[in-house]
Amino acid sequence: MSGHSSPMVNRRGFLAAGVAGAAILGLRAPARAAQPLKIGLLLPLSGGLAREGQSCKRGADVTPALLADMGMPVQLMVADTETSIDTARTRAEKLIADGAQVLIGAFDSAHTLAVAQVCEQRGVPLVINIAAAPNITEQGFKTVFRNFPTAPKLVTEGLALMKDVFKTTGTTPTKAVFLHNNDTFGTAMAGAVNKLFPTLDMPFPLVETIAYDGAARDLAVEVGKAKATGADLVLLVPHGDDCIRIIREMVKQRFEPKAVVSPGSPGMYEAQFYKTLGKYSDYCMTNLPWINPKTAMSQALLKAFSKAYPDALFEMNIGYTFEAILIAADAARRAGSNDPKAILAALPATNIAEHVMIGGPIVFDAKGQNTNTRSATIQNFGGKPLVVLPSDVAEAKPVFPAPGWQQRG
Amino acid sequence: MTIDLANQIVTGLLTGLVYSLMALGLSVIFGVVRVVNFAHGEMTALAMYAAWMLFTWLELDPLVGLPLIALLLFALGYVMQRGLIDAFVAKPEHMQFILLVAVAIIMVNFSLLVFGPDAHGIQVPYGFDTYEVGPLLVDKVRLLAASAALAISGLLMLFFRRTMTGKAIRACADNLVGARVIGLNVKQLYAVTFGIGSACVGAAGALLSLLIDVMPSSGPELTMLAFIIVIVGGLGSMGGALLGGMLIGVSEVLAGYFLMPSMKGMFSFAILILILVLRPQGLMGARK
Repeated sequence: MSGHSSPMVNRRGFLAAGVAGAAILGLRAPARAAQPLKIGLLLPLSGGLAREGQSCKRGADVTPALLADMGMPVQLMVADTETSIDTARTRAEKLIADGAQVLIGAFDSAHTLAVAQVCEQRGVPLVINIAAAPNITEQGFKTVFRNFPTAPKLVTEGLALMKDVFKTTGTTPTKAVFLHNNDTFGTAMAGAVNKLFPTLDMPFPLVETIAYDGAARDLAVEVGKAKATGADLVLLVPHGDDCIRIIREMVKQRFEPKAVVSPGSPGMYEAQFYKTLGKYSDYCMTNLPWINPKTAMSQALLKAFSKAYPDALFEMNIGYTFEAILIAADAARRAGSNDPKAILAALPATNIAEHVMIGGPIVFDAKGQNTNTRSATIQNFGGKPLVVLPSDVAEAKPVFPAPGWQQRG
Repeated sequence: MTIDLANQIVTGLLTGLVYSLMALGLSVIFGVVRVVNFAHGEMTALAMYAAWMLFTWLELDPLVGLPLIALLLFALGYVMQRGLIDAFVAKPEHMQFILLVAVAIIMVNFSLLVFGPDAHGIQVPYGFDTYEVGPLLVDKVRLLAASAALAISGLLMLFFRRTMTGKAIRACADNLVGARVIGLNVKQLYAVTFGIGSACVGAAGALLSLLIDVMPSSGPELTMLAFIIVIVGGLGSMGGALLGGMLIGVSEVLAGYFLMPSMKGMFSFAILILILVLRPQGLMGARK
């Protein structure tokens, strides 16, 4: 399944794009060692974040063949963090002991922080595919490189995109309620929303912030409390399948805001969300970094992905996991060595113009943070996410306000 | 505000009734056999998995599959009592505790092995429906589940009061020596009691599968919930289990509504501590 309709690019096209990119990247690089780079990939393949972890893994699965075409052979060593901080730490130790030269992961901010500490102690580079907590790149780690926006950036861009949606559709909500998961990611996002909201001149007030336990048996009271505020916009930061329980309760309690919008979080664009909620999943919006449907490399990745997983959804987790592996392979290629120290030395000079996510070239600042990520607004239509903003990469027009729950066919 | 709060209280009451049925099983077993079933939540989780399998493979609504699941759990409880627990009935409590914790751990790992670590939920066609009762919105799934729980609880009480087997079981609970003197087969009655308690768990599991997702870690969490309910209501008291379930259901809602939703679980434990300090025998438990 795919949410994109741009012309398909075949593997040869991808190779040409890759070679062009690699030529740019490789102007000052010595020849790469023939041995494949051993990459330890840490993901939550089981437990509460299993769906997201499995999605990342599907992206990783199709990547080695594509990178091999670009002359960057990689060997993936996949480890399951079991959605546990302690397991993430021990698996990271084991991957390094087993010969991993670079680690990639770990989807969850708390897990990533644990892995970052191991990498820092062992001098092995960590390229973060997905993790938003700002403190990961604020602790002075020398081995951590993140190709994913921080929570404040996600929120800033996410809220700015909301204003664009209101402007484009000519409708503005009167007040909003903010519901967020109280895990590490959700708390970081909440901190960013509450700090940045007053500074961004938003056209509606935030009447209440409701933190909830994502592992709670049911979320009826949370939704009831949100409904009682009388808000006509729901800002939602779920983390996993809690968004399914939230929307289910909203339908049951006939809470009909103009829209449910995430300022940047997983959940509402995932296959399980569409499968479980059906028509009620439509029109939910998420503002987050997304795959650019219009680049040759993303189309090639889409083609390889659709061939390997014809029934799976092509979404952000796949793009960022692919890019993380690309960054590591590119650094090893420029270093001309698979030695972790050489790769560490090469990573700060990363400059990848041709990639798959929306945004500028992948470059890292002094803290190891890619500052060129850029968010988009995606909205669900017919059980799949489509880019609706920014307009230069949009696949559909935004719909706001959303039709009521009972008005959907 | 008032209507929203009333809606939430109704939701808490209905959910609490389903919790009550689960706790009722624990209370029945302890009240008669005098063994605390530390694998209670794990058995509930197994019943939820059974409901999920019946729904996924045969498209059988959990409400329809409930009798079958209850029967399966009755058989499991009966066999567990006859084959395993009976030998520990007269043993010290710490030995019973270790035995049943071991059973619980085996069940959790069995679930993990067979069903994997992910959550499994049931989405019935009427899963999004609500009834309008005056100004209130009543969730259809919760109403059906709570009604079934209440009906099963009523039947269970009738069984213990009106049937010969029920009276014989009560005799064992009231005076074990007397029961033996008049020739009751205590071992058999204990096994039937454990089976009945487990059947309650089976029925509650089938109903809970309509309300919440199941995963291997659900077991210990449900055991803890059942314990809170029976301790609050009074260990061994059937009425206490019902009252405790509704109290916990409503208190979680009120805590979430007036304080912070993420404090819901903590509030249940606060009530537990309060009861242990002020009325250790529980709200409807008999003082020893």
